[in-house]
Amino acid sequence: MDDGHYYHAPDLARFPEMGKGSPELWDKFLAWYGAVFEEGALSAREKALIALAVAHAVQCPYCIDAYTTASLEQGSNEEQMTEAVHVAAAIRGGASLVHGVQMRNHLQRLGM
Amino acid sequence: MAVLPTLQKQRHPLSSTAAQKRRLDEIPLAHSFEQMLGSGDGFPLRPTHLRVLQLNVGRKCNQTCRHCHVDAGPDRVEMMPPDIVDASLRVFAENDIPVLDITGGAPELHPQFRHIVEAASALGRQVMDRCNLTITRLPNYRYLPEFLAAHRVEVIASLPYFQAHQTDAQRGDGVFEDSIAALREFNRLGYGAEGSGLILNLVTNPVGAFLPANQAAAERDWKGQLQRRYGIVFNRLFTITNMPISRFLDHLEEKGQTEAYLSRLVQAFNPAAAAGLMCRDTLSVGWDGTLYDCDFNQMLDLSLAPGAPRSIHDFDPALLAHREIVTGPHCFGCTAGAGSSCGGAVVKND
Repeated sequence: MDDGHYYHAPDLARFPEMGKGSPELWDKFLAWYGAVFEEGALSAREKALIALAVAHAVQCPYCIDAYTTASLEQGSNEEQMTEAVHVAAAIRGGASLVHGVQMRNHLQRLGM
Repeated sequence: MAVLPTLQKQRHPLSSTAAQKRRLDEIPLAHSFEQMLGSGDGFPLRPTHLRVLQLNVGRKCNQTCRHCHVDAGPDRVEMMPPDIVDASLRVFAENDIPVLDITGGAPELHPQFRHIVEAASALGRQVMDRCNLTITRLPNYRYLPEFLAAHRVEVIASLPYFQAHQTDAQRGDGVFEDSIAALREFNRLGYGAEGSGLILNLVTNPVGAFLPANQAAAERDWKGQLQRRYGIVFNRLFTITNMPISRFLDHLEEKGQTEAYLSRLVQAFNPAAAAGLMCRDTLSVGWDGTLYDCDFNQMLDLSLAPGAPRSIHDFDPALLAHREIVTGPHCFGCTAGAGSSCGGAVVKND
């Protein structure tokens, strides 16, 4: 139900409603999504921590809730999860900072 | 060690089993437990063979853990009287039941604990003590590790995590430090060492409203962590799901997480776990001799179905074998994910 809020925690449970517009694409997404998170060369626990970090990088509150739970259920602890968030934050911070080189390139083009 | 009052001592509304059942029943679920079992031809749930006689000898405990489904604590007074102890030991001796599982509360606080262990272990069958570890650090109970070792009792020890912060948050301040000291003492006696025949298994419940980790992966992690940090060894790690009753239900209510947690349990329903439910091979005996399908049903006052014996005094294997197991919404706690039982995960995934 649309109550005027942009982010609403109960909306996470309504995610499957996205299948209504295009069941075929939704089914393909679900199958792929499920396969991605299966135990593979990386453990399910490592994948949950990566997802948690990425959730912070893309700033998705639904994903943050979901992968906080998933990380705990895969046996990660608060320390490990906090370090994963720092990795995301460091890459985001570093990504901003490394654009400073672009700034410096342009400075050099304009300056004397 | 800071010890909190039990729900019963607080006269908390959720100390009433009727109030707990009412709260669980009012939560809207997509399917009832019975419907979910039915979808896999598993309803009504029936016993397989009786493998474990589980005696809950009393509700007194030296701790008041936040997730405790018994609402055990120092202020509880219920204790199994001698005639029920005798009747239970007689049933164990006279029937082909491989395992006696002694639980509580802290079962070691029962005045006849030594008698129960001596009588049961003399039969040469598996005897298990569900030990909170810290009890062995109290002055009158320091004898326990050597006594349990002498009788080859399997120790099932509670430890929610290999770090103090999480352990103390669930079990009380200082519990982790005392638990590590207790585990070292059990190790000194040979418990947990390969080939010693002295089995030390650890039990972990999640420190919060989420499902346990994969048992095999967690066991590998814990073995490395406890060995490296504290030089501690153990045999197996059992992961147990927190049951949404009693003090854990109170915790969920305080956090506004009851509906979300129940939904998580339902969403994670696993038919394979349902097939291996512990209630199918366990009989639970309450402190007053009343029989139950499991310790959780016992704490909700859900006694055996009509037609089955009510008390250990009326033990009848044939009647018990044909009973229907009593179920309710709390049973989703044993079928979520890899499932949960007193022996840990039901579905073992390496």
